Amino acid sequence: MSTIVLLTLTGLGLAALYFLVASGLSLVFGLADVLNFAHGLFLSVGAYGTWWAAQHLPGAGATGFGFVLAVAFGVVAGAVVAALVELVMIRPLYSRTIEQVLVTVGLSLAGVALLQATWGADPRPFPRPAWTQRVTDVLGAKVPNSGLLLIVAAAAVLAAILLFLRYTRYGLVIRAGVENREMVTALGIDVRKAFTLVFAIGGAAAALAGALGGVYFGSVSPGQGGSLLIFAFIVVVIGGMGSVVGSAYAAVAVGLLQQFVNYYGTSGAGDVCVVALLAIVLLLRPQGIAGKAATA
Amino acid sequence: MTAVLTVRDLSVRIAGLHILQGVSFDVAPTGVTVLLGRNGVGKTTTLRAILGLTPRGGEVRGEIRMAEQRLTERPTHRLVRDGLGYVPEDRCVFAGLTVAENLRLAERRGVKPAYDRVYELFPELLRRGRQRAGSLSGGQQQMLAIGRVLLSDNRLLLIDEPTKGLAPKVVTEVAEVLERVAVTVPVLLVEQNLAVVRRLASDAVVLAAGRVAWSGDAARLLGEPELTRSLLGVGSHTREVSA
Repeated sequence: MSTIVLLTLTGLGLAALYFLVASGLSLVFGLADVLNFAHGLFLSVGAYGTWWAAQHLPGAGATGFGFVLAVAFGVVAGAVVAALVELVMIRPLYSRTIEQVLVTVGLSLAGVALLQATWGADPRPFPRPAWTQRVTDVLGAKVPNSGLLLIVAAAAVLAAILLFLRYTRYGLVIRAGVENREMVTALGIDVRKAFTLVFAIGGAAAALAGALGGVYFGSVSPGQGGSLLIFAFIVVVIGGMGSVVGSAYAAVAVGLLQQFVNYYGTSGAGDVCVVALLAIVLLLRPQGIAGKAATA
Repeated sequence: MTAVLTVRDLSVRIAGLHILQGVSFDVAPTGVTVLLGRNGVGKTTTLRAILGLTPRGGEVRGEIRMAEQRLTERPTHRLVRDGLGYVPEDRCVFAGLTVAENLRLAERRGVKPAYDRVYELFPELLRRGRQRAGSLSGGQQQMLAIGRVLLSDNRLLLIDEPTKGLAPKVVTEVAEVLERVAVTVPVLLVEQNLAVVRRLASDAVVLAAGRVAWSGDAARLLGEPELTRSLLGVGSHTREVSA
């Protein structure tokens, strides 16, 4: 029983990490039709921003409020970088899919190279509050607090995004834009502002994934963003482009599947099963679980 | 009378097809100017070019002016904010949003939304405020699409086939509403139903093969069956639904 609980909660922790990356990807694709391969860079900016801030930012550190401040710095850095990427590199390329793919792939590679050149290719120990390195007893299972922290953070981000989409003017614009961007423009709305905002929100969520992923894994490395991005893309496709709720369901399915199969099968079989799940969804329901709708 | 909109030598090329080939016409400052023509002659393309909605890669040439302002140099959202209202073909309501959210989205910055006017014309929209627009009937969706543009004052309305696919009774209701709307704001209307055209239009522009084949008084066009038949391929009393 305790094994099941442990696998479930660690699977949900992994799902939380995937969701934080996938939610922004999904909204960006749903609204702006941009396949953003540079999204992993925002995760790395969040992770390295938090790591840097914990050591150098006055008031920030690895414990207590100092850690919250360091994470906030990383998240803001991720949001700012994402907004700048949209404004400077993506905006001139809307409706030019191939150029967008080339630019975002190039940016992700350049970002990794820049991080390696600045801080080296080796993993760096991540600043972590002591309580995140301990475990909590849940129904007999000793669950790492860092995983529980990820689950709580992802649930809070999901709730915040849904409330934003449901109750704000920009949320309304984004939900409508996911359905029919041109018609939003034809109602007198500058939909490009919503694009920038969605990039910033997605960048902030990915940066949070970077910071909390650093806590979860205990280290930060330049390639971390890219490896998580692959599973985030799978989550977005399974969940349905443009649907935040779909991404949440898909993230849970992928995280649990990976964790259980890797434990009860052979190591690495979980990844194969995730790809198989992707293939099944594409065959049976190509639009994903929730289709193209910015669900609120 | 000075035209509210002038189109001069408008050419549109999309994906290698030369859809409009030097179209010129004026829209009168009052009443309804109707854009007629057989399927595929470029009526919708004309409205979309006026609004700057030609797809990327499409090529637009010529001059479009509203008062002294050149429209071709401005982004669509600015044209709409400046008073160019658009009701697209097939309504294009946001199916996943409620009726109230569809209307709220159409509120323009710095302009007090005229909900009284909209609900007076379409009381159904008030009753169905919390219903998802995708679950409305075609007629109700058309009311919502027209209601959205009427939330703000406009200098000109571009309305594309508002009676398409609607039941005869609903066609009559839509025609009645447009007749009331046209008293206060000029309308450039694309319409296939000649009964609706007869009821609403003061001026007509007929497109054929991407060019203006005829323009002038709508009553005169519809009063001459031979002319109507030669330009539109139908008699003035066929293909009509009661309006």
